[in-house]
Parts: sequence; C-alpha cells; structure tokens
Amino acid sequence: MRVVTKGAAQTRELGKKLGGLLVPGDIVALVGGLGAGKTVLVQGMAAGLGIEGYVISPTYLIIREYGERVPLYHMDAYRLSGPEEMEELGYEEYFFGSGVTAIEWADRILALLPREYLRIDVGLTKGGEDGDRCLAFTPYGERYEVLLKELERHVDLGP
Amino acid sequence: MSLLLLGIETSCDETAAAVVAGGRRIRSNIISSQIELHQPFGGVVPELASRKHLQNINPIIGEALREAGVGWGDLAGIAVTHGPGLVGALLVGLTVAKALAFARRLPLVAVNHLEGHIYANYLAHPSLEPPFIALVVSGGHTDLVHVLGHGEYHPLGQTRDDAAGEAFDKVARVLGLGYPGGPLLDAAARGGNPQAIDFPRAVLKDAPLDFSFSGVKTAVLNYHNQQRQRGKEINVADVAASFQAAVVEVLVDKTLLAAKTLSLDKVAICGGVAANSALREHFRIRGAEAGLEILSPPPILCTDNAAMIAAAGYHRLKAGCFAPLDLNAVPNLPLIGGK
Repeated sequence: MRVVTKGAAQTRELGKKLGGLLVPGDIVALVGGLGAGKTVLVQGMAAGLGIEGYVISPTYLIIREYGERVPLYHMDAYRLSGPEEMEELGYEEYFFGSGVTAIEWADRILALLPREYLRIDVGLTKGGEDGDRCLAFTPYGERYEVLLKELERHVDLGP
Repeated sequence: MSLLLLGIETSCDETAAAVVAGGRRIRSNIISSQIELHQPFGGVVPELASRKHLQNINPIIGEALREAGVGWGDLAGIAVTHGPGLVGALLVGLTVAKALAFARRLPLVAVNHLEGHIYANYLAHPSLEPPFIALVVSGGHTDLVHVLGHGEYHPLGQTRDDAAGEAFDKVARVLGLGYPGGPLLDAAARGGNPQAIDFPRAVLKDAPLDFSFSGVKTAVLNYHNQQRQRGKEINVADVAASFQAAVVEVLVDKTLLAAKTLSLDKVAICGGVAANSALREHFRIRGAEAGLEILSPPPILCTDNAAMIAAAGYHRLKAGCFAPLDLNAVPNLPLIGGK
C-alpha cells in the first residue's frame, strides 16, 4: 500500500489513523532519511493512541516512553552503531512488552526485528512540493496484513 | 566547613563523577569523554551502551575522589541523576550510587538531569541566586524554565519535535561536517554569511515560548537537495552560518521574551549548545541591549557532567530531601516545581 501526503499535517493525520488501529504488542518499523517525516508520523500515531502532550524526536535518548493506558515506546536507531548496541539497550523488553513500539531508522537494526511487524518507508516524492511525502506500507505477518486492510478503509489512497 | 558531595551522572552518553564542596566549589570533575588514553584504566570513549557505563563507572568515581583528595569518610552524601535519560544508562549510575550510599552509610539524593544543567551556572557564578530564567539547550533538550528558588521550577516552554542540539548534529551530517556536529558546525559557520539563506524561524502562536527545530532542519535538507539537483556548488560556510543564525535567533528571542514577560533581569543558559559561540555572542549583545545579566558556564560545565549533579544535590541534602534506597530511574522525569 502506498499513500502520498501533502504536507506534514496530512502525514500526521495518516499516523493518527494508523495509531487508532494499533494494539499492545504491535511493532512499526520506520525507514527514511533525515527530514522524511518519521517523527511526524509517530506524533500522529501517538495522537491516535490517545496520548496527550508532545512526542519529540528520540534521537538523542534512543528511547522515549509515552502513555499509560497503551504505552508507546518511541525508539530511534540513528545514533546506534548497529544491532549489537540495540541488544545492550534491552530492546526485548519493549518489543515484547505491553505497549506499541515505533522504531525510527529501523533499517539499522533489521536483524533484531521479530518476524512480524509493519514496515513503513517514508520518502520524498519525485517532482512534488517540499512537504509532499510518499509512504509505502509493507506488512510482515498476518496481523499486519489485517491491520493494513483496516487502514486502507480509513484513508484516501490518492492518485 | 562546607559539605562535600559526590555526584554521579550516567543519563546518556557520558559516564561522569565529581566532588563538589558547598554546592559551589568543584574539587574534581571527571567525564569519560574528556579522559586521555594514557590514563591507567585505558581508553574510555563515549558510547551509549550501558556496558560502557559499567566499565567506566568505578574507575571514574575512584578518579573523582583521588583528584579531589577526599576519602569516603569526608563525604556528606551522594547525588545521582535518576532521569530523564536512557533507562539502561541511568540504572548504572543509580545502582552504583545506591550501593555506595548503603555500604558507606551516606545519604542519597536524587537529581533531575535538567536541574543539574541549571546548577552548572551556580558552579560558574558563585553569587548567583534565584529567581532567574534558565534556557537548557542540548542534544536531547530545549527547555525554558523559570527558576523560582533552589529546587523550585516552573516550566515555560519546550521543543515540540527536535532539540536544538539534535538539529545541529543532523545538519552537520547533511553538510558532511562529521560528528560531533555542534562544535564542527559552529567552526564551519565562522567563515560564512549568516544572511546568505533565509531559513525559517518557527513561530508557535498558541505557545510562544515553545520551540520547533524540525522545520529548519528539513529546510536545510531541501535547500541542499535543490542546489545539488541544479548542479550548483554548496557553500558550506554560508549554509552553516545561516542555519545557525536561524536557531540562535529563535533561542535568544524566546528567552528574552520569557525574561520580559516575567520581569526578570537574569538569564542563565546551560546544556551542550550553550557552548556554541554564536549563541553566546548573540545573548551577550541582545542581553546588554535589554539590560539583562546573561550567565553561562564554561564549556566543560555545559556538556553532561557530574559536578552539576553534586551542586544540585547539595541543596536537596540541605533541605533534607533524601532519596530512598529503592529509588528508581525515570526515563521521562519532568522538571516540575515545588520542593
């Protein structure tokens, strides 16, 4: 599934729709360069999960936790040298914990991801405006195929 | 005789220990990344893995005591960072501090990392007393705080997306300047024209003291990509200077607005980005124009360190705010008011 969003507000709105469908144990792996809009998408997901307050970039602290009813573990592999460093951070407690996990720069730790997760590649569009983004959703495992079908019902897929 | 405190800080990349007398005078201040390779315990490099903190912590505490020339019996207490930060990193310092407090029968005090940064200014300026406005600006934080008293804070504004220091690091990478991005970008900007490119300054109407640096980061990226696509050469110095000018202007504007709004005449800047030369220079000039006293610590106290933790802990100790030995790490610990 591919979606083109026009500006950060639309990207955030798409994240919110996705967030509304997520349940504890879900893992969302975000892949995309600097300024692609990964954090914006997670901000939307947090809103969809009913989390109030600001969700800010986790780059420096690597992991930020939000929410009480459904916790959101917002991770960032940008500063990690590789999967080994992630292992030392006790990532299993998050991946297999009682919350939703969103991982930015997930391509740096692909080897550690469980077999089932939702991958979202976020990138610029060719020839579009500065704020336009193309989001490609790839489900790994049955849970995420079901999730994507649900999401498709909620979004306008655009041209 | 003034009380001696051992401070311990492991909230993120740095393993640090320090001894501070009377909350103001640094007797030692040991930071893992500052230690030379010829030290007896070998090369200690900053790394975020908790294992590195584990390897570093005991030698660094030992070095802090040795350099201060004090023994365990001379200490009045142990101050430790318990948040905000990375939980695995925080737990190393916290566990060591609790074990030492128990074994050496010393009181334990818990310090918020952001509070620590603010206290770096008390170390650098012995006569500083609250109230004042503090700007904590680093890789992980951008916070405006009204400091009402010792241990009394009122948050005024914070970033909604990227911290200022993070934007510096990421833009530095885009410009190919390397890591750590902050100091390298600062250096690259010195030869550039800060007015060459008009990068956006985020205005947040609903919360004028909040910050946003994601937009300026992305704007630099877009500019960079467009220039490349057009086959034009990128003037790194001009881009660095223009980006830095945009970030510095917003930081100074909002801090001065906070001081004006609260009718305060003192501003203390702290955190890693407070070492940035353009930020210091603009605060100096604009502060003088506005009749404000602008305070900042030397660069060694801007970076994460434990002297600032011991300084903040001193006031906790004097107020009798001891932490229990089941104290836990709080990764999202907010800086809130009240004693």
